[in-house]
This record gives sequence, structure tokens and C-alpha cells, in this order.
Amino acid sequence: MSAQRTERLLNLVLCLLASRRFVAREQIRTAVPGYATCESDEAFERMFERDKDDLREMGIPLETGSNDVLFDDEIGYRIPRDAYSLPEVSFDPEEVAVLGLAARVWQQATLSDAASSAVRKLAAGGVDVDPDAWSVVEPRVGADEPAFAALYEAVRDRFPVVFPYRTAGSAEVALRHLQPWGIVSWRGRWYVVGHDTDRDDTRVFRLSRVAGEVAPAGPPGSMATAPDVDLGAAVRRFAPPSDAHAARLRIREGAARPLRRSASSVESGEGWDVVEVGFTDLEALAGEVCGYATDVQVISPDALRETVVRRLDALVAGLTPPEGTP
Amino acid sequence: MSAPGGAVGQLSRLLALIPWLLARPGVGVDETAAEFGVTAGQLRKDLELAFLCGLPGHLPDDLIDVQLDGDRIVVTNADTISRPLRLRPDEAVALLVGLRTLAAVPGLHSRDALDRATAKLERAAGDAADAARRISVTVESDPDLGATLARAVGDRRLLRLSYYVPARDEVTERDVDPMRLLVVDGRSYLEGWCRRSEDVRLFRLDRIESVEVRDAPAAAPSDARARDLGEDLFTAAPDDLRVVVDLTPAATWVADAYPYDVMEDRPDGMTRITLRVADPSWVVRLALRLGGDLVVREPADLVERVHDSAVSALSAHGADTPFG
Repeated sequence: MSAQRTERLLNLVLCLLASRRFVAREQIRTAVPGYATCESDEAFERMFERDKDDLREMGIPLETGSNDVLFDDEIGYRIPRDAYSLPEVSFDPEEVAVLGLAARVWQQATLSDAASSAVRKLAAGGVDVDPDAWSVVEPRVGADEPAFAALYEAVRDRFPVVFPYRTAGSAEVALRHLQPWGIVSWRGRWYVVGHDTDRDDTRVFRLSRVAGEVAPAGPPGSMATAPDVDLGAAVRRFAPPSDAHAARLRIREGAARPLRRSASSVESGEGWDVVEVGFTDLEALAGEVCGYATDVQVISPDALRETVVRRLDALVAGLTPPEGTP
Repeated sequence: MSAPGGAVGQLSRLLALIPWLLARPGVGVDETAAEFGVTAGQLRKDLELAFLCGLPGHLPDDLIDVQLDGDRIVVTNADTISRPLRLRPDEAVALLVGLRTLAAVPGLHSRDALDRATAKLERAAGDAADAARRISVTVESDPDLGATLARAVGDRRLLRLSYYVPARDEVTERDVDPMRLLVVDGRSYLEGWCRRSEDVRLFRLDRIESVEVRDAPAAAPSDARARDLGEDLFTAAPDDLRVVVDLTPAATWVADAYPYDVMEDRPDGMTRITLRVADPSWVVRLALRLGGDLVVREPADLVERVHDSAVSALSAHGADTPFG
């Protein structure tokens, strides 16, 4: 069945590409062999409508019109060659190597397949892209978040979406309405930037916190043109500042280099240094401090020390079997 | 059995296949099948189908002509579809965002070729290129370090790295024969043969404290194999320690981030996984960081180590523990 459909579709494409004039439905029905089996007009109409949808979905520019606007001519179809064909383009061997590398960047299924088929189209002109071109750099971009595919589609086809979202540091899930302008991978995580229609303001959402299905809230193309924003800058701007508060820590000499790297000041002492670091997320810093066990101690603020003690208590409690169990 | 991708998938393939074959008269079946990611059998079916198609009239002169001489393919009489279909938005996005990601990688050679390829592709893609402006991948790394390492890979020089190991909170010195630079999900790595551990290792660029390019050629053993990036970057070794841990919902990301063997949902709402661990110190540090959200269950001596570390950390903070 599938092969018969392919055959009919290919003959339809050839028929409409070969003609400069619009081809009327009845002519198509006679000229394309696959339609001869249709027993009724309705069956033909159904089949032809579905075929037109398939061609358009593939990106084939199928035009509708009539050959003579003065007379009430019958509506026909054609595929203009210029709009159908990939423009002539040629790449030198160095450019070809770069394209081969670019095609391997994606690990997400939809875009990885699309990259391969794009390369095959570009290579049709006679330039072969060596998929194994040796290179000193190999970038890879993954997109494991389940929300990626749906949000990518919304961004590509410009339609608003609605999705359940879990706010940072809270278990609460709320429905959010968004006109998505673009998606950004920043520090290995995906974000969507757009206009939050509930809050009437620009917002950034992390894809890993989307807590369910991303549903369309309008048809494709229904979104107002997105402003020309620097997506990377938008995500950086909305990311929480890293130094809203200051903490003073006692760190054993030579230990905890990542904490020292972000320090605003270091006072060296006998075997121990006093290090000041900026932070926003109390729990996150407390977790980091706990990771160094006895090598890092909190001097201030008290809230940080208390959080460290509470987390360590919880850890010890979890490891200790309740009384009465063997 | 239907063709891979259904009728639409097969038609897309044919519309790319015919122009590709027209430009390569006499190309082999196997090479073509590999290029298009199908079996030789499927390719033959595709060609048989194309042979039945042609312009209205469908007289012999109207049909696409496919000659199969042994395993050599010659296609003629297909002028109508001699050019490939223009790029779909997905195709333009995948390649253009891929090129822009490459441009953000430090130390890449042939920056000019990259700019030229991007400009040509944007022109060829036309409107389909619009969507690519709405997808962005940022790569963060130190451009000087990246350039130094990329040069060392290209010139095949031995490197001396000062490298921070978070599991043990210490800086190690090691000689590394560099193999390539990787950027995975926005994070940069040097892949190379580590002479100390006598194995291929990944070094995160943001953990390299300093690098010295030695006056000696890089000489990774011939059997040193680069990672297959289609697989997980971090795979467990057979002699790794098996560590059983329980995770609260807040810590289930651990299962996404690290290799494990078995996963099991517990009646108390925890998720139990068996991690494969090269260095047990790493588990101690992870457990301390996550507080009560990750509970080590086995082996017993590791449970004890985590417990003792937590108790000493508590007393260092002037707190006694009721469970001590």
C-alpha cells in the first residue's frame, strides 16, 4: 500500500512540476495513474486532499490558482520549479568538512535526522560530505528534556503554548501560558524565552521543570512576530544573580578549590584560610559546604550554619536504622 | 512491510536520491544505501518504484530510466527532479545551529570556512533559515585555554595538566597525550591518553588549573580509542564498585546523570539504584552534598564512611548529633 502511495505521490509531483500552467483537478485525475482506481468522485477528492497535505507537509510549494483571471476558469495546481528547487550552491572541500562536523552536532532525534537529510540534499550537487572527517573538535548538543520536541515545534511554527511548570525550589505546579520566542541551551540546559501572557512580561522557563504536556494554545503562525532579542543574553539576565548574599567560611589550606575560585576575598592563616563567597541559594551553598565534610566550616551567616547542620542531621538520621529494627 | 518512514518518508528519500544519482552515474548500490541510511534491499525497492514513474502520458520516453548493471546504478530521463527539494525548516535549523555551535567552540581551525559555509547555507535555505535564529546554543569555556589545547592536539604535543579531582578535592599532575576537544551540552572536555592511569580519559576544561605544552611529541598507544559519542560519554568499567543508594524525588536526577545498573521503586517513595563507581570517595562527597536526599545502603563499609564523615562534619560545626 505504502509503495503505491509513494508511486502516486511521485507521479503527482512530476506532473505538477513539469507544467508551467495550473493543472485542473480533472486533468490530474486522468494524468496521474494512481487516481484511476478511484471508483467515485468523492473517493478521488478524499485521496487528492490527503496527497496535497502530504506534499505541503514535506515542504513542497504547491500553488493553487487559475490560468485565466478574466474568465471564471477552473482552479488548478502547480509546483513552480524555482520555489521547489534547492538553489544552486557549491561548497569547497574545507566548507564541506565544516558542514560534516555541523551535521553531527545534534543528538536529538528530529534534528539529527534533519541534519543528515540536509547534507544529502546539499551533496546531491556532487559534493560529498565526509561524515568521518577528522577534526580536533567535536561539539555535541543533546536535548533529553521531554518538552523539547513540542517547544521546538512551537518556536519553529510560531504558535503560543500552555504547559504545567514547577517553579524553582518549590513542589508547586502551575499552568503557564507563553508566546515562545526562542529556545536556548545555556550551560548544558535548555530554556525557553518568551512573553508570559499571564504575567504580561518576558519570562524564561527551564525545560526540565516543565511538568507535563506542552499543548498548543493557537494555530501555527498565530503568534505575533517575536521581538529581535538576544536569546543567550535573555537567559543570562533572568538567571538569578550569584552573589545576593555573602558568607564567610573557614577552609583548610589547599582544600575546596571550586569555592576559592568564586571567592571575593581570601585571608590566609595558619593551616586554615578565611574565604568570603557570594551566594543566592542558601540550600545549594549549604550542600556544597557539606560536601567538603570537615574541610569547610561556616563562620557566618547563622542561617547557613543551621542549614548545614540540619542537612547533616538528616543524612545521619537516614543512615541510622530506626530503633527496634535488627 | 511498509518502507521506512511511510510513503512520505520514501518520497522524501526519492526526491533526494534521484538528483544524487544523476550527479554520480555508475555509483555502487552499497555506497548509495549507506549514504541514505537504508538497506541495499530497500534501495532496490526505491529504484524499482522510481522506474514506474514519469511524466503524464507514461509512455516509455516519459518514464524515469533506471539501469542496474550488477551493483552499478545509472539514472537518466529525470530532468524534472534533477535538483533536490529546497531545505525544510528543520533541516536548515539543524545545520545552521550546528554551524553556530561550532563557531562558539574555542580553538576551532578554519573559522573562515565556517563563515563562508554559513553564509552560503543561509542563502540556499532562504525562508527556512528564519527559524534557526530562534534556536541558540551557548558554549562557555576559556578561549585561551581552548586555543592552547586545540593547538596541542593539532601539533601532537604532550601536555602536563594540573587537574582538579572533585571526588578527592585535590589537584593532580599528569602527562596527557591529547586526542581531541569535545564540547558536549555546552561543556568543554579534552580527551586524551592519561599516562598516569594508562587509559583514555576526559578532562573538563573548567577543572584544568594550568597546562604546560611539553617539548615532546604526543604518543598515545595505537590501541587508544576515542569514545563513541553516540553512546553515553561516561560508561562504567567492569571492576567498578557497586553501590546501592536510595533517592528521594528531589535527587532522582542522580539516576539521569550517572551510570547505574538496576532501578527499583521502593514502597516508601524512594527510588533505589545500583551505581557503578570507580572512586568511593565520590559517593561520600555526593551523599554529604545531598543531605538526606541520597541514602547509601550498600556496601556496609561505605555506609559507615558516609556516617562517620557526617558526624565529624557536625562536630566541626559545633553540633552534637542525637544519633552519633
